[in-house]
Amino acid sequence: MDFELNEDQIAFSDMARAFAQKEMEPHAAKWDQEQIFPVDVLQKAGELGFCGLYSPEDVGGLGLGRLDSSIIFEQLAMGCTSTTAFITIHNMATWMIADFSNEETRQHWCPDLTAGQKLASYCLTEPNAGSDAASLKTTARKEGDSYVLNGSKIFISGAGATDVLVVMARTGEDGPKGISAFAIDAKAAGISYGRKEEKMGWNSQPTRLITFEDAKIPASCLMGNEGDGFKIAMMGLDGGRINIATCSIGTAQAALNHAIQYMGERKQFGRTLENFQALQFKIATMNTELVAARQMVRLAASKLDHKHADRSTYCAMAKRFATDVGFNVCDEALQIFGGYGYIKEYPLERYVRDSRVHRILEGTNEIMNVIIARRLLLKDAADIL
Amino acid sequence: MKILVAVKRVIDYNVKVRVKADKTNVDLANVKMAMNPFCEIAVEEAVRLKEKGVASEIIVISIGAKQCQEQIRTALALGADRGIHIETEGTPDSLSVAKLLAKVVAEEQPGLVILGKQAIDSDNNQTGQMLAALLDRPQATFASEVVVAADKVSVKREIDGGLQTIEVDLPAIITADLRLNEPRYASLPNIMKAKRKPLDVKTPEELGVVLSNNITLVSVEPPADRKAGIKVSSVAELVDKLKNEAKVLS
Repeated sequence: MDFELNEDQIAFSDMARAFAQKEMEPHAAKWDQEQIFPVDVLQKAGELGFCGLYSPEDVGGLGLGRLDSSIIFEQLAMGCTSTTAFITIHNMATWMIADFSNEETRQHWCPDLTAGQKLASYCLTEPNAGSDAASLKTTARKEGDSYVLNGSKIFISGAGATDVLVVMARTGEDGPKGISAFAIDAKAAGISYGRKEEKMGWNSQPTRLITFEDAKIPASCLMGNEGDGFKIAMMGLDGGRINIATCSIGTAQAALNHAIQYMGERKQFGRTLENFQALQFKIATMNTELVAARQMVRLAASKLDHKHADRSTYCAMAKRFATDVGFNVCDEALQIFGGYGYIKEYPLERYVRDSRVHRILEGTNEIMNVIIARRLLLKDAADIL
Repeated sequence: MKILVAVKRVIDYNVKVRVKADKTNVDLANVKMAMNPFCEIAVEEAVRLKEKGVASEIIVISIGAKQCQEQIRTALALGADRGIHIETEGTPDSLSVAKLLAKVVAEEQPGLVILGKQAIDSDNNQTGQMLAALLDRPQATFASEVVVAADKVSVKREIDGGLQTIEVDLPAIITADLRLNEPRYASLPNIMKAKRKPLDVKTPEELGVVLSNNITLVSVEPPADRKAGIKVSSVAELVDKLKNEAKVLS
């Protein structure tokens, strides 16, 4: 077992760090305050390969593993949490289309998606189906060579600015087995978008309600078979959870770096803050927990790469732990900054606002505990080591 | 035309430099290393010349410990075609580097050699000039614009008084200044492809060069800490201090 980055991973992360420092970090505050979705930067990211990291190579992806992807996303997240989070969602949706759609649909969407020329949204949550996703009510009714969709999806990242939607809709019975997944043209007739939600963070990406009113789509949009949708959605989310956990790690590292630097500059009671043991212990704890969280995320990513039987449990544990730790580190870093941490001249308050939602989306951290506990209470199952 | 680009592995420019307690050198333990920024500009210029059809092949060379191969790989990912690593212990001085490069130039016969104007660690600003002298070839240093036309190259140079344009015969040596270009990012696919590009490893012995040791590093000291400023109470006081204390106004 080797915990060191290999030569490729070092080269990938160096490039990602340079891109984040030059193309994202200087603009992140403006994107946040003016709610700008930086499509030009997403396209630049696409040119460099960031939009199809783990999509297969035959559709323009890089075919990298989830561990490599996590190492890359972490560096990007240090530059802008919200934009990187969108890039990860785009990667997830692109991978789902590339892995589960028929050849015609793959070739129609994926080369442009992996290149960052087109963007994708993931549509699972509904106004009345959040944590209980399997209770979703959006329907897809088969009519000849088409499906007709009715219903609505809420809190959809990128909605209104993306080109393709990965939509989970009901084609059969109640519960998870009656759900199917579709890759749908975002501009198809019958699809309408609600107003842009005013959010606490994640302001560099629009979030909207999507309504389907007799939206007729070709039957070829179906991903996998009818009834596979919930399984596909959950497979996407395993990786999605690693991605979001990674965004927390990168953001927390950026926050900690700022705090450490500030402690060397800020003087109170005649000494710089780094001389106060209470604060020394604070950053020691922050860093220790952050390193633990990072290793847990990488462990889960490795489990996913190796298709480990308990990969979903590892992804849930990593998501729960890393997003909680990440948020706490950001919050503590803000505390070290005192009043300066609370004003928008410094990025600390943005780190806190942006990382807060990571504990909610891709399955709340409470749902993560449900997943973990369900596995632990399986009768006669192997230990989780 | 072949272009040879020399790159140096140095401490990353983002890193806050720390001097070792015994003042023998900068502390490089656990410090992030990268390609010298001026060398990156040199690589970018070579790649642009290849994209314009001026160059047919770009060879990138680095001299030093095995880890230099990371920087060669970076250059290969940016668009160089093959690499040469001359493995040495420690960091040879400028003259040794120039001698090694001269041997490789004799073997490869590049039409242009492009180097960074200086490395951000030792700040010598010598290697390109020494190489030109050893090879008895024309040199155009501190380049901010390079235009190759037939058997000549026109170079706009950044000099103290402004810009100077000179024309030199090929083959020639060029050293890159900051404003020559803005280097691109190596794309992830190109980083992956760089691994499959050829990289030869040579030793100074194979090239018949004995590394000289003309310079001894005596002591390294950090610059003095910046002192806290003072507040002036009026514009008049400020002007007075600028005139009489700082003597920047007369």
